[in-house]
Amino acid sequence: MTAPRTTAIALRPAPRAGRGGSVGLAVTGGILAIALVLAAFGPMLAPNALVQDILFGVTPPGTPGHPLGTDELGRDVLALLIAGSGSALAGPVVIALGSMLLGIIFGTITGYVQGWLDFTIGRVTDLLLALPVVVVAIVVAGVFGSGYWVTVAMLIVLFAPSDIRLVRSAVIEQSARPYIESARMLHLGPFRIMFRHILPNVSPIIITNALVNFAIAIVALSSLSFLGVGVSPGSADWGRQLDDGRALLVSNPAASIAPALAIVVVACAANLLGDAIAARAERKGTAE
Amino acid sequence: MTGAPRRALLAGWASSFWGMLTLRLLGVVAIVFVLSVLIFGMMHLIPGDLVRNLLGLRPANAETIAAIREQYRLDDPFWVQYATWLGNALTGDFGTSIRYQLPVADAIAQRIPLTGTLAVLAMVFAAITAIPLGVVAAKFHQRPVDRAVTGFSVLGLSAPAFVVSLLLLYVFAYYLPIFPVYGGGGGDLLSQLYYLVLPSTALAVGLGAILMRLTRAAMIESLASDYITFARSRGLGEGRVMLLALRNSAIPIVTAAGLVFTYVIGGTILVEAAFALPGLGLMLQDAVLFKDIALVQALVLLVAAVIALLTVAVDFTYAVLDPRVRTRRSAA
Repeated sequence: MTAPRTTAIALRPAPRAGRGGSVGLAVTGGILAIALVLAAFGPMLAPNALVQDILFGVTPPGTPGHPLGTDELGRDVLALLIAGSGSALAGPVVIALGSMLLGIIFGTITGYVQGWLDFTIGRVTDLLLALPVVVVAIVVAGVFGSGYWVTVAMLIVLFAPSDIRLVRSAVIEQSARPYIESARMLHLGPFRIMFRHILPNVSPIIITNALVNFAIAIVALSSLSFLGVGVSPGSADWGRQLDDGRALLVSNPAASIAPALAIVVVACAANLLGDAIAARAERKGTAE
Repeated sequence: MTGAPRRALLAGWASSFWGMLTLRLLGVVAIVFVLSVLIFGMMHLIPGDLVRNLLGLRPANAETIAAIREQYRLDDPFWVQYATWLGNALTGDFGTSIRYQLPVADAIAQRIPLTGTLAVLAMVFAAITAIPLGVVAAKFHQRPVDRAVTGFSVLGLSAPAFVVSLLLLYVFAYYLPIFPVYGGGGGDLLSQLYYLVLPSTALAVGLGAILMRLTRAAMIESLASDYITFARSRGLGEGRVMLLALRNSAIPIVTAAGLVFTYVIGGTILVEAAFALPGLGLMLQDAVLFKDIALVQALVLLVAAVIALLTVAVDFTYAVLDPRVRTRRSAA
């Protein structure tokens, strides 16, 4: 009989991740750190990424001097990959931080004060959450033009509702606790209670969510640049590079496969790191 | 009648099942209304002369300009313009597409079968793989099988639909040429389905990852509850127990249908671009590129309406799945 055994497992405390978890944290954190360093110093590491040599043309991976080959404009794929990390990752960092900031401001206020402001912001977030990002992005780019930072700003607005909801529910949960009651008894101002007392206690959730948002933003932003929204043709960006390299699947598969794998690896690392930090925070929470 | 009892009666009605459903419906109608105003107002924000944009490639002479001004009521206040547009839209008249030289409704109707089939096929693929995997992961919670399935779902979440499309194209075009990689296939249904196997698989990967995570989380909660322990202690077979838990996990899964659907809409656009499928997604990109305002408005309104209908359908599904929701009465 398997039934009693399974029940026993369900009742047993969750096994600790132990060293396995730490190794995972180190690997995912390391990948992210390398990617971000590349993004920050990419222009210095690959200053000639956009230099064209049309006569040289497409070459397969392994060509002397070009480990990943070149694309149809004779540009080195590896250099493009390094240079492209900048716009592929800078935007997602700004999106994750920007929507986190909006989430903290509006989520804390609506969660703590509630009332009509809460209701209004709640309906606006409902509306924004129902919008498919890609559709909005294509239409907004058509109306207002498709600059990179316009796209990033739009994604901040579309990502913020989930942050606002998350922070709001966490703040509501904290507001009922005794330490907030005693802070009120001491006649502390609402802003001091919100941002000095409640905020530190909900910050683990916010940080985890920012990491997950970073991963989603990488996927979203590269999807948009693949569709031609946000970056101009020919510029160095992973999504763009993948679209440009698609036609070369026979002559140099690396031209499109390399940026594809780069997107997946970095997004995976951010997702896994977020999961690991969330699991760690959860274990801490239940241990008390 | 004084205010207080009436308010209590109203509150009672609002918390009953039909009352909640009515309120939700009103909320959905309000959201679609706000969106339709935004969608309509957008055309005034497009850079360039509005009349010229609306004319497109048609010759701009006094006669055609007057016709456009008349059709869109451009000499009237904004609300009159909006009301005229909405009235026409409700009767299915969205104007003429300048890109396709067809009534907008006809142009869209031509594309619906392909995108619809793509989306439905992807959802079927995702459901038949993700839900069983989620159940298995929950059953073996925190054991190697669970770790493997969860890890795989992270990969699915991190790979955008166009990346999966590209990898599938690469593998199936050069190493395993059993599926066609480009185009929409011939006229008959079977060949169309055949052409849509790879695109729907690409779409199903991310969708399946979301669905699997939802199923797993809901099943872990269900399996830990008392009625499952009781069902096991009565000696029910493991299959029956799983079905029981799955039925009670259905509500959290259905709640996320909106999330799943917005993913499908974004995903079909990416997959259609990657596989060069002439569906609604490519049409939207085209329409924006050519400033085909009437077509963009109609497409975006279509998306909004479908999402709204889905939201209402989800509320109805609750009642079907959970008898407690159906029979809920006011406590007072």
